[in-house]
Amino acid sequence: MTATPKGRRRFEPTMAAADCPTLPEIPTRDRSSCLAVVPAYNEEATVGDVVRALRANAPQLDVVVIDDGSTDATATRAEEAGADVLRLPFNLGIGGAVQAGFKHADELGYDYLVQVDADGQHDPGEISKLFAVAELDGADMICGTRFATETGYMAPISRRTGIHLFAFLLSRLLRQPVTDPTSGFRLYNRRAISVFARDYPHDYPEVEAVLMLHHHRLTMREVPVRMFQRGGGVSSITGSGKSFYYMVKVLLALFVGLGRRRAVPEPGESAAVAAEHGI
Amino acid sequence: MAIAGAVGLLLLVLELVRRRALMERYALLWLLSSLVILALAAWTDALKVLAESLGIVAAPNALFFVAVAFILLLLLHFSAAMSRLTDQSKVLAQRQALLERRIRKLERERVAEDELEPLLRSHLPSGS
Repeated sequence: MTATPKGRRRFEPTMAAADCPTLPEIPTRDRSSCLAVVPAYNEEATVGDVVRALRANAPQLDVVVIDDGSTDATATRAEEAGADVLRLPFNLGIGGAVQAGFKHADELGYDYLVQVDADGQHDPGEISKLFAVAELDGADMICGTRFATETGYMAPISRRTGIHLFAFLLSRLLRQPVTDPTSGFRLYNRRAISVFARDYPHDYPEVEAVLMLHHHRLTMREVPVRMFQRGGGVSSITGSGKSFYYMVKVLLALFVGLGRRRAVPEPGESAAVAAEHGI
Repeated sequence: MAIAGAVGLLLLVLELVRRRALMERYALLWLLSSLVILALAAWTDALKVLAESLGIVAAPNALFFVAVAFILLLLLHFSAAMSRLTDQSKVLAQRQALLERRIRKLERERVAEDELEPLLRSHLPSGS
């Protein structure tokens, strides 16, 4: 099996999600080698549909919904739709929830993890594009981006400004084009999974995660994907106060993160925050 | 008056540690700050020297300055301790969720086995 011509064929842009209901691109040698992680906080309206869409479009994927301390029926809806559910005892925020998914994948030895939002914003049919690039390019993290080409997504102007600012900064820091660092539609390979299982930013993690990956000498690529408007629920970043906090927090994380020699300890070293250190 | 206050603080901290209501690691900074305030309150010459070197006209204000500095230090110390606790509770929550999922999975398998067992037994020859 020669990988290159096959991979090149896969990478052709003619491969639209609509003509591709099943995903031959996803490695099938081990049925349980790919995990879809759906972090959900009070998303009972949409989480069931997202899980069903994932199972229909990508039957090779195991689906786990991370119920981030929801107060509604998110976990029940997810289970009814046939997903495995990790129930966090209280709300950790998106960073802690996604990291629980990384730990789960790391523990069970999954080769790939694809992160999909529970609000229906991400199209499971587009996952094949992420896998195609991962197989072809070998990058450790593949991000679905809304901005690299014309897509159906229109964010409010204020949010786009913020995203473009982070994109500009990260592009300079990584010395490679980054267009949509806030996108949560991402595919990670084994190396990225084990890095993030050990250390993942607390809140609003996407931008910081890109930089962390770079510090670990891992690579990231972007793939243009189609995204939908939110199907229900509310964004975790709503209101001008929260947006401002988001901007400042991420900027602080970026610049302080630059000062770290290594984002996290290497395996075998003590953890970033160790229980025995007395503060 | 300042001496009485500093002694009172010192005794309160020691009593809390004795009752195990305050852990030693958190008490150390409190002990240090109450001892310094006590020393400056009792030893007014030192306070005057400190006030002069800081350019403070009224010596008692230097005592306030030192006290406020220690309060800021304690607050920073608590923020650091809180960050650590937040991280630890996050790790615990994730661990708990992973373990809970495993238990539920094991229980489901167990139930399936239990339902299967009488079925199997009824098909086996009796007496065996």
